[in-house]
Amino acid sequence: MLKLEPRPQPSAAMSLASPLIALALTTLIGVAIFAALGKDPLQGLRMFFWEPLRNGYALGELGLKATPLVLIALGLAVAFRANVWNIGAEGQFVAGALAAGWVAMQADAGSTKLIVLPILLAGVLGGVAWAAITAALRDRFHANEILVSLMLVYVAELLLQYLVYGPWKDPAGYNFPQTITFLPATQLPKLFTGTRLHIGVWIALAAVIGCWWLLMRSMAGFALQTGGIAPMAARYAGFSSRAALWGAMTLSGGLAGLAGALETAGPLGQLTPYVPVGYGFAAIIVAFVGRLHPVGIVLSGILMSMFYIGGELAQSRLGLPKAITGVFQGLLLFCLLACDTLIHYRVRRVAGLGVRGVDKEQR
Amino acid sequence: MTPPRLELRRISKQYPGVKANDAVSLSVAPGEIHAVLGENGAGKSTLMKIIAGAVQADAGELLWDGAPRAPRSPAQARALGISMVYQHFSLFDSLTAAQNIWLGLDKAMTLDAVRARVRTLSAEYGLPLDPERPVHALSVGERQRVEILRALMTAPRLLILDEPTSVLTPQAVEALFVTLRRLADQGCAILYISHKLDEIRALCHRCTVLRAGRVTGEVDPRQESNASLSRLMIGVEPPRLAARAVREHAPERLRVSGLSLEPETPHGTALADIALALRRGEILGLAGVSGNGQQELLRVLSGEDRRAERGVVTWIADDPSTDPSNDASNDASNDPSNSRAAAGAVNRTTDLGPLGPAKRRALGLHHVPEERLGRGAVPSMSLAQNTLLTRREPVGRLGHVSTARAAALARRLIERFGVRAAGPQAAARSLSGGNLQKFIMGREIDAAPKALVVAQPTWGVDVGAAAQIRAELLALRDAGCALLVVSEELDELFELSDRLVVMARGRLSPVIPVGQASVAQIGQWMSGLWDTAAGEGAHAEA
Repeated sequence: MLKLEPRPQPSAAMSLASPLIALALTTLIGVAIFAALGKDPLQGLRMFFWEPLRNGYALGELGLKATPLVLIALGLAVAFRANVWNIGAEGQFVAGALAAGWVAMQADAGSTKLIVLPILLAGVLGGVAWAAITAALRDRFHANEILVSLMLVYVAELLLQYLVYGPWKDPAGYNFPQTITFLPATQLPKLFTGTRLHIGVWIALAAVIGCWWLLMRSMAGFALQTGGIAPMAARYAGFSSRAALWGAMTLSGGLAGLAGALETAGPLGQLTPYVPVGYGFAAIIVAFVGRLHPVGIVLSGILMSMFYIGGELAQSRLGLPKAITGVFQGLLLFCLLACDTLIHYRVRRVAGLGVRGVDKEQR
Repeated sequence: MTPPRLELRRISKQYPGVKANDAVSLSVAPGEIHAVLGENGAGKSTLMKIIAGAVQADAGELLWDGAPRAPRSPAQARALGISMVYQHFSLFDSLTAAQNIWLGLDKAMTLDAVRARVRTLSAEYGLPLDPERPVHALSVGERQRVEILRALMTAPRLLILDEPTSVLTPQAVEALFVTLRRLADQGCAILYISHKLDEIRALCHRCTVLRAGRVTGEVDPRQESNASLSRLMIGVEPPRLAARAVREHAPERLRVSGLSLEPETPHGTALADIALALRRGEILGLAGVSGNGQQELLRVLSGEDRRAERGVVTWIADDPSTDPSNDASNDASNDPSNSRAAAGAVNRTTDLGPLGPAKRRALGLHHVPEERLGRGAVPSMSLAQNTLLTRREPVGRLGHVSTARAAALARRLIERFGVRAAGPQAAARSLSGGNLQKFIMGREIDAAPKALVVAQPTWGVDVGAAAQIRAELLALRDAGCALLVVSEELDELFELSDRLVVMARGRLSPVIPVGQASVAQIGQWMSGLWDTAAGEGAHAEA
């Protein structure tokens, strides 16, 4: 008989192994799904795990999609560690894209490359503002931040649609719901010719270092996390729970908004109703698979980016439905949550032992 | 000869990383009150859980009336006639005493029958209790009576009591002993778990002493002294405290006046017209049955509860003209003129009202809360990280935390206070309760506070460590710190305090010097009976 038994201390090894086991399980179930759909499982796996790494251009695409995922997940990791459940990064991403897009539309022929800075700053502020709505409602009225931030995602998406179908619609755009194509000056500088990879990668890496310092080496980060794990201890220490709420919400909102601005001024180059592609939600999975640790998030962000690209390839080359990306994302999170049990518990074989007297008595 | 009611033969139980019970043997005869004595972590609780069927032993035999029958579940244990009264009550506040008792029984009895039986039992055993009263209106002693009556409902043949006196006044303890003796006279076997040596010597017929999971002795406690019992329990005799120096009337450090406050939670205690002063180089002992407002008062003092009106809690800083450590700031002008001293006196007081715990700590006011895990320490974080809750030495510019300095601080605390831990990186929850208490006490003592407010300083720590902690508190006092010690153990308060005050139902008794106090008087005050007229005078004096 197998039995789950609490460990005296959480297992650090299992904390690292759990995402890997979860990935292996996801792959196994993926193979079964490909087979069930009548596709060659090897071909399917190739789309997800080989094609995105095949050449320079593919690697560029990988980094391009990993950048917003990592940025958003970093902010979410800080918030989740502070026990602030910001589920609405997608909405803050859209708000950041809108603010950045508005600045980009102000560019004219005289604008220099320096306009990129106000564009990115506007993105951060847009995300912060959107997250601040949730923080204020929670702070003032104790409204549940999970529900509020989630519902604000739909508000942000409707706002985007209103703008691109209405006031911001390109007059010369044949009535398509889209803004003007932003001037070349607003484009983020590219890293390598022949790829779409831009300087956002460096910004994301800087954010990784910044968040690592915040979480692992700063008093502010310690206070945030104490408030998340042990609110009574935080109160005893004198750490403000309001500061933790506002800090976590504005940081995660700001990073999500920055990701939105990078997309706007990077690969998109204009605003359309298709700005939100689920990065804000996928980043929740990235954050947890990455163990809410900045370095882990880089790895899980790359993995999630492979899922995005693999899903698109499986769609175009194997004729699989678009939902396959979501299925893989969900499978990974599901397997991870199951494997995480093993961090706090271990499996033991239990033989039929007991006190001798009882066995006699029972028979 | 009749066999013992319960006999344990070489019972062993292994937990991950610790052998909780190692070949423990013990027997209790009908009518015997048998003490199980041991410091925290000695394996008392595991042994009782095995007897009560909540935990299964790895090896060994359990004989009941001479026949091998180990209970496999609490229900089987109850069927055998084993009842247990736990240290922490499990009662529903909103239900009446009778309803609470009814809930714990098999549904064979009607509520009316339960009520009648409670009345009979409470008369028979001298446990006065009105079964119709809701539990939230009962005192702690009465709540314990509910628990004991619940255990007696099934006419137990073995009654286990886990630290039953920790929440009782001395008078209530006497009453409990009368009840237990009567039960024993009727042939019930009683296992009495405690670490209070005096009680065991007064009540019990036999005593099994546990240390680190093994039996270190089985003695007749009536023939032993406190010293010989504690030697069995901890292996060495506890160090004696140094003789106390006589104190004169010292200047005030912290003053509370006219504090009245509604409770934050529905079942909290309202504070009414509290006035007290903590003086430099003096320990004020706060006695009282827990739940009478001590927690609420401590929260106000620590700054966790800042609802008190402004000016109610004030801090009196050192007088620069008399404090030699501040001479450097004074030597610019060498004229100690009266006007300057007077101006200084005005500025020396700080209204603590708006200041949070961190700002109060910066002034020198430290606090040790009663709950160790989750409040005094974050369970999942390492000891090194836990130093950061109240200490700022590892924090540098821009709030950068030096992990090396935090680890060094934790290591120093571990060594200085003899904390048994794997090292600075051990998670707080991996420590036993007593060791974590040593760490938290050490963290605050080591900060060299100007005022220290401590709840239950030696709760759950073994006798040797308790003596060390008390000696450190006295050393702090001698260094000029003002201390408030809240404790449920009167012995401890009498040993430590310069002056004593009692809290009951959210009010404070008069303050009296410990030399003029008697246990009987303090015990009476603990039930809220003190002469109010005398109280007015003493308040003014305090």
